[in-house]
Amino acid sequence: MTESPTGATAADVRKVVKPVAQGEPILQVRGLVKHFPITQGILFQKKIGAVKAVDGVTFDLMKGETLGLVGESGCGKSTVARLLMNLESITAGSVLYKGDDLAKLSGRALKAVRRNIQMVFQDPYTSLNPRMTVADIIGEPYDIHPEVAPKGDRKRRVQELLELVGLNPEHINRYPHQFSGGQRQRIGIARGLALNPEIIIADEPVSALDVSVQAQVVNLLEKLQNELGLSYLFIAHDLSVVRHISDRVAVMYLGRIAEIGTDAQIYDHPTHPYTQALLSAVPVPNPDGREHRERIILTGDVPSPANPPSGCRFRTRCWKAQDICAEQEPLLEIRKGLSGLGAHDSACHFAEEKDIVGAA
Amino acid sequence: MTTIDTKNKPGSPGSAAAAPLLEVDNLHVEFRTRDGVAKAINGVSYDVSAGETLAVLGESGSGKSVTAQTIMGILDMPPGHITGGEIRFHGKDMLKMSKEERRKIRGQKISMIFQDALSALNPVYSVGFQLAEMFTVHRGMSRKDAKLKSIELMDQVRIPAAKDRVNDYPHQFSGGMRQRIMIAMALALDPELIIADEPTTALDVTVQAQVMDLLAELQRERNMGLILITHDLGVVADVADKIAVMYAGRIVEQAPVRELYRQPTHPYTKGLLESIPRLDHKGRELYAIKGLPPNLMRIPSGCAFNPRCPYAQDVCRSDVPPLHEISPGRGSACHFWETVMEGEVRD
Repeated sequence: MTESPTGATAADVRKVVKPVAQGEPILQVRGLVKHFPITQGILFQKKIGAVKAVDGVTFDLMKGETLGLVGESGCGKSTVARLLMNLESITAGSVLYKGDDLAKLSGRALKAVRRNIQMVFQDPYTSLNPRMTVADIIGEPYDIHPEVAPKGDRKRRVQELLELVGLNPEHINRYPHQFSGGQRQRIGIARGLALNPEIIIADEPVSALDVSVQAQVVNLLEKLQNELGLSYLFIAHDLSVVRHISDRVAVMYLGRIAEIGTDAQIYDHPTHPYTQALLSAVPVPNPDGREHRERIILTGDVPSPANPPSGCRFRTRCWKAQDICAEQEPLLEIRKGLSGLGAHDSACHFAEEKDIVGAA
Repeated sequence: MTTIDTKNKPGSPGSAAAAPLLEVDNLHVEFRTRDGVAKAINGVSYDVSAGETLAVLGESGSGKSVTAQTIMGILDMPPGHITGGEIRFHGKDMLKMSKEERRKIRGQKISMIFQDALSALNPVYSVGFQLAEMFTVHRGMSRKDAKLKSIELMDQVRIPAAKDRVNDYPHQFSGGMRQRIMIAMALALDPELIIADEPTTALDVTVQAQVMDLLAELQRERNMGLILITHDLGVVADVADKIAVMYAGRIVEQAPVRELYRQPTHPYTKGLLESIPRLDHKGRELYAIKGLPPNLMRIPSGCAFNPRCPYAQDVCRSDVPPLHEISPGRGSACHFWETVMEGEVRD
């Protein structure tokens, strides 16, 4: 770990660009917390509470893998993305990039890290500046990191990127409105790739797209991963897309991870009641046997993250909840008595497998 | 707003079980804009009977919502123009009715649930007031009685503590609760037909399951017809009796739900079903329909799907395929439906 909290040296920069072997952790998230203050008063603001958007999240992202992050709106998945991008300041916990704490980096070292973690946004209509041409949008990262592409070389680089994401390189001087939703998302992806990053954080990259176009973009993301050895944090609420693209999946509920494991562990052997309910609620695109499908219908809504329930956060909607759930926060760990694919980290006192038929 | 008299037309409730409640017959709608004419609907026909659920499936721009708006009579005209066709409710063409007659049907006989409840509800009135308005305006009830009715309705759509929440404003409810209020509003006057335009698209899956369950149950109880407009193949498979798949303002395939999923007869439907990520496809490339949905101002000649279609031949570029009847209640607008049907859903 680097010792200099500020003033980064050239040695720090070198450390940041060191290679990581395939399958080794490239990003380690430890006890990540983000609280947004709730204030009262206009002149003399006083803090009267906090929205606990992310409240102790721990996971690793390996080199070359795709980690899917699923959960309902308000569970904090997008805040996690913003924290990893260093767009929000961390309240507590740490994000280690190749062993270096992002919060302790600054100057050139931070800039080098930021180059390597890029984001693809959800809405291709609002995430592209309508007054910039495609060349300007994709080439803008080079203004900040000129070392990646020298000035004379930029146009060629942008055209290569357009070709890489399956767009016509001749459309370099067009504006975003001249493209369809799927094409715009490709532009967003090309921008994310401009600086040859190692990690792409994709926040709902396909949910704004039409069904017939979604598959095209999912295929593109997979192709790029294979060709460029990227690591993805893939945030989405569409469970079947997440399963298709992910090597591992983390399920979030109200600022915490409820369950994490490989895709087969989470989808075929879920042990957390929330995961089970979530999977059973997904409509299955097959009408056969729909009368016999068991569906766990949760009661009520997600509690407010400003005032989450004590103990287990899911207990207010959980059919298994007992006294211990209100008293003791369940740890994210492998419970005793679970074997095979059921044996993976799950934050439930009563974690056990349950067959969810046909889900995703 | 004026009060409308509450006398029902004689003989309006569904008499014969066989006659469909609503028939859309060869409907054409276009939008005349500064940039040109967008042909949003080019000959759409479907029907719904009491107690039946018709799912209209399509991507954005396929014309599924415009059809619904035309049925409701809430299409913006201009720029919208109905250039042909009939919409018969109990056998009577609604497009020929006077404004007053339409108004008696709208809300009372046919009502609509919109996608985005937050923008469909008025933010400056309490939900109780907005629900009560249905009764004061259409039924001429007193404010007090109307309010009691609203509480009853909120109970029916399972809003907890309806009595205490009746004076709350839309922003004080969660997304799922707001959608329940939309459902309550649609149900208020005991309609015979409900049009639900993407009712759960803005909701999370667990809430979506709650809302769809509620909707299906209320429909069963009241034997209502339901037109469910959606792009979600999963939701359709769960609740629909029959499906109409729309593409570029036309119905390309129409079938009972099970037959459509088992054996699609139009390349577009088949492509959609194949592009769903499935367990046994993990690690492989997803099937993707190539290209993009067409611009409605420049719909390709012949079959609108031909530039994206793996089965396309010369005839597809010149002749518009009619909706071939395959079996009763089942049709495909593809010249090569037999070939498409024979091929298994790709692995």
